[in-house]
Amino acid sequence: MTSQTRPPVTPVRASGTAADRTSGVRRHSPTGRAVTYVLLVVALLVTLLPFAWMVLGSFKTQAELTADPNGFLPDAPTFANYRQWLVDLDIGRFFGNTLLVAVVTVAGNLVFCSMVGYALAKMEFAGKRVLLALVLGMLMIPSTVTFIPLFVTVSRLGLVNSYGGLILPFLANAIGVFLMRQFMSDIPDSLIEAARIDGAGEFRIFSRIVLPLCGPALATLAILTFLFSWNNFLWPLVVAQNEDRFTLPVAISLYSTGQNASNYGLLLAGAVLVVTPIVLLFLALQRYFIQGIASTGIK
Amino acid sequence: MATTTKAPHAVPADHLTVSRRRRRHQTFVAWGFAAPFMALFVVFLVVPVVSSLAMSFTDFRSSDVQTPLAVSFVGLEQYTALFADPLFRRSLLNTALYVVLGIPLTMAVALTLAIALNNGIGRFRTVFRVGFYTPVVTSIVAISVVWRFILTDDGLLNAALGLVGINGPDWLNDTTTALPALIVMSVWRNMGTLMIIFLAGLQNVPREVLEAGEVDGAGAWRRLVSITLPTLRPTLLLGSVLLSVGFLQFFEEAYVMTGGGPLNSTLSISYFIFNQFSFGRYGYAAAASYVLFLAIALLSLLQFRVLRTQD
Repeated sequence: MTSQTRPPVTPVRASGTAADRTSGVRRHSPTGRAVTYVLLVVALLVTLLPFAWMVLGSFKTQAELTADPNGFLPDAPTFANYRQWLVDLDIGRFFGNTLLVAVVTVAGNLVFCSMVGYALAKMEFAGKRVLLALVLGMLMIPSTVTFIPLFVTVSRLGLVNSYGGLILPFLANAIGVFLMRQFMSDIPDSLIEAARIDGAGEFRIFSRIVLPLCGPALATLAILTFLFSWNNFLWPLVVAQNEDRFTLPVAISLYSTGQNASNYGLLLAGAVLVVTPIVLLFLALQRYFIQGIASTGIK
Repeated sequence: MATTTKAPHAVPADHLTVSRRRRRHQTFVAWGFAAPFMALFVVFLVVPVVSSLAMSFTDFRSSDVQTPLAVSFVGLEQYTALFADPLFRRSLLNTALYVVLGIPLTMAVALTLAIALNNGIGRFRTVFRVGFYTPVVTSIVAISVVWRFILTDDGLLNAALGLVGINGPDWLNDTTTALPALIVMSVWRNMGTLMIIFLAGLQNVPREVLEAGEVDGAGAWRRLVSITLPTLRPTLLLGSVLLSVGFLQFFEEAYVMTGGGPLNSTLSISYFIFNQFSFGRYGYAAAASYVLFLAIALLSLLQFRVLRTQD
């Protein structure tokens, strides 16, 4: 196994057995590797335990959860908790709000961030350094600092409790611009110069030549933005003031602190409904997720 | 003859005006490309950041939203009141504890996982990586609901501790254990991000040096401390800065799991800001957010100084 990633090395004579030598210098004794595997498996089980408990608990009745709060398998599995969310509490509208906000936010970021990224990567213009400095400066400003005056701005624009208020502040962001700029910088200038000489306008070059080459960066940006938007909490909590605009995290948090605070089964089912779509998306696209972390360092 | 002597001069001159005109055109088009972003940026970031600074020197309240110029200027009064406020001081302490305990712990766990995965784990490598990363993608609010139940007096964690003979406390209802319990959950939620970053960084540790160290008789621990960690410095720095920006703003975990209690033992700066905002004391809350902003900037600076690669 180690030999797959190990570059060829010259065997070194020092301590150790001949068997160690042939398996490469950075060898790992079978026991050592077994111990590593065991520890990793234990760590993995501990990591995933809360998810297992969440899913199993969501099929239990309140009576069972109260009687045995640390059990795993449900005695008599029930869909009552899910029925209550889907029918009585109409979780569909929160789901729809979250999805709408996430999809529009993703679309906006793909368009706006790649446009700025293109200008910064492939055009020479007055004020370029200022623009780049602004983008980098924005990366440093934490959202907790801006949410109060942002709320004042949004109220003055009459956007409290509206989709506009939920979406507009996140329609473009500096990390996205930075990601697109980095990726576009690697596209050969000759390709773009050739198109300019052929008389193609900048927008045509951007949309017909550069964007089609940016698939992986756009995928990463789309996924990271979707993830951010789906899980975003503080701002929707502040700006969505009626149930008709609640997103899933806001709805869950209000139910979990209100009169249902000790209705374990219901809340676990709610958590499953919020977490499952994003985990499935992650499992399907995990390569892009991890690529995104590695290239931007954000979560 | 005239044409041949004229041509060499005419071409550069022509070229110059063309390129100048082209540059002006490029500037126009480039800012066109940036226009939607800039508009959003000004309305939803520049204006709020500047006005929140201005707001922090006034007695702005929620009733002043429609008439923001009618507020009175109070100078540094909000800031002095802030530092005299025992609640705010408590939130500073809680946030500091959360950062000082949570960040090294998360980094240690993530580094251990990354090193384990990097050492001869070929089979199931992806399974491990995906598994350890999964908590990162989950909604903090939703997962906090789950942890709230795991951490109850007779919950899963205490049941597990009971197996090894430890009588666990009622984690979230005890002033001494509530914050540590939130820290444990944050380690669980955030270790995946750092693990990925550290795994990428470990690829830069020169194999030959590790091998040479091994030949010279350096044990695994010695090689980790003397070779791997120094090479990993920039990666550790990146990881700690990223983490501290998030940890300094912790809010959601406490909001869902403890409501800031018991007895304000999990009240974070962000939570304090949120509460003041809910009470309508916008100026006071804005002043607190600038203190937080400053803390984030200072901590980042400190980390750069401490962990900066020493060339």
